[in-house]
Amino acid sequence: MEEKEIIVFGGSAGSVDVLLSILPKLPVKFPFPIVVVIHRKDMDDSVLESVMKSRCQLNVIEIEDKTFIKDGTIFLAPAGYHLLVENDYSFSLDLSEKINFSRPNIDVALESIVNIYKNRVIGILLSGGNEDGARGMKLIKDAGGLIMIQSPESSSVPVMPKSIESLVEPHNILSPDEICNFLLSKSLSCNKRVFK
Amino acid sequence: MKESLSIHISDEEIQNLNKMIYIQYGYDFSDYSLASYKRRLSRIMINFKILNLTDLEYKLVEDELFFNVFLEEVTVNVTEMFRDPDFYKCLRRDIIPQLSTYPMIRIWHAGCSTGEEVYSLAILLKEADLLKRSLLYATDINEDVLIKAKSGSFSLELMKEYNENYKNTGGLFDLSDYYTVKDDRAIFNEEFRNRMVFSPHNLIQDKSFNEFNLILCRNVLIYFNRDLQNRVIKLFSMSLSSFGYLALGSKETLELNGVNEEFELVNKQQKIWKRKK
Repeated sequence: MEEKEIIVFGGSAGSVDVLLSILPKLPVKFPFPIVVVIHRKDMDDSVLESVMKSRCQLNVIEIEDKTFIKDGTIFLAPAGYHLLVENDYSFSLDLSEKINFSRPNIDVALESIVNIYKNRVIGILLSGGNEDGARGMKLIKDAGGLIMIQSPESSSVPVMPKSIESLVEPHNILSPDEICNFLLSKSLSCNKRVFK
Repeated sequence: MKESLSIHISDEEIQNLNKMIYIQYGYDFSDYSLASYKRRLSRIMINFKILNLTDLEYKLVEDELFFNVFLEEVTVNVTEMFRDPDFYKCLRRDIIPQLSTYPMIRIWHAGCSTGEEVYSLAILLKEADLLKRSLLYATDINEDVLIKAKSGSFSLELMKEYNENYKNTGGLFDLSDYYTVKDDRAIFNEEFRNRMVFSPHNLIQDKSFNEFNLILCRNVLIYFNRDLQNRVIKLFSMSLSSFGYLALGSKETLELNGVNEEFELVNKQQKIWKRKK
């Protein structure tokens, strides 16, 4: 299997709008898998999925147990389960107790993703009202991956992106537009390589 | 308080641990889904301040009581009454009327944990006036949770939330009509327990033991790897009567497993299948 990267978004309050300003702009041939782990109420499941589906060019899948990870797809972590990744690059779900009041918990998901993808993880932490995700971001950086946060000025609730400051320094601090541009250029440079 | 993240455990260490547990206690965890199993192990080690897997192995060999704690921790026992109300609404509306055509209704709740969902289903059956001719077999790998399930006694403070779930299934009454309060417990009426059979059953190693019209196994398969999921689904297929129903958890599917030719999808959203013949 080719040593491909994976892009993971974490977020909470105020993150859905940001995702909806970024993800619809990504082209159909986007060469990486994108995983979205955000806190939401159990009820929103199908709503978020259908909004994303109707706006995004990329395929949007709400993760079920043992769903295989593939490129050019946006994977939504279902509410109410922890998200984990298996050795065979599939997701698995776990109903065990909430961690710091959240399930999915972003730290748990990031840790499991880093275990499998090692230094091939790009973590992006968005707006949110709690500190979940900070320790997971540190794990990504420690493993050699890339971490970035939504700039606190552009976040409607900056607690989450700010919370990583005391733990680890992000490689980039970006506005939603800049995050989008980063992903687009990442996609272009990767595709260029493939078509050379 | 911040919880520490998990301890690194290698695949080889896990294999050794599994071998020891199988030899000493007869439980086979080798086909558990690795990512969540590792997470469980690491949480047990953090909670009991066990520094490495060798120490965990040692403690498990030494201390049989600790093994029971281990078993309870490894087999996740998170459950609630009427979990996913829409699923129960679908049972009430679409499945139970079909079951009513049988003179005797046999149901298997596999991996029932502390029993909240077994009582939930029994309540729906009662409201359809079918409880008297139903038998609910409720099984779990862990005998300790079965004792709790059998007692039909749940924490009173959860009843408000469970009552909301119940109402969301289309329930016309009040959950409190079905239990009496003693101290801080809600004790469900005898008539429910009278229609239930609780028994230890290990989906990994035990065989089919009856033929059922409906099997519920919700949020158990997520802890198994694909091979084991296939074997368990075969076991369910063998344990279903013709046109019997199989209900899985809301994020579980037969579709990835290549064994779905024996089943026909009844409700995609609520994860209900039916045996073809």
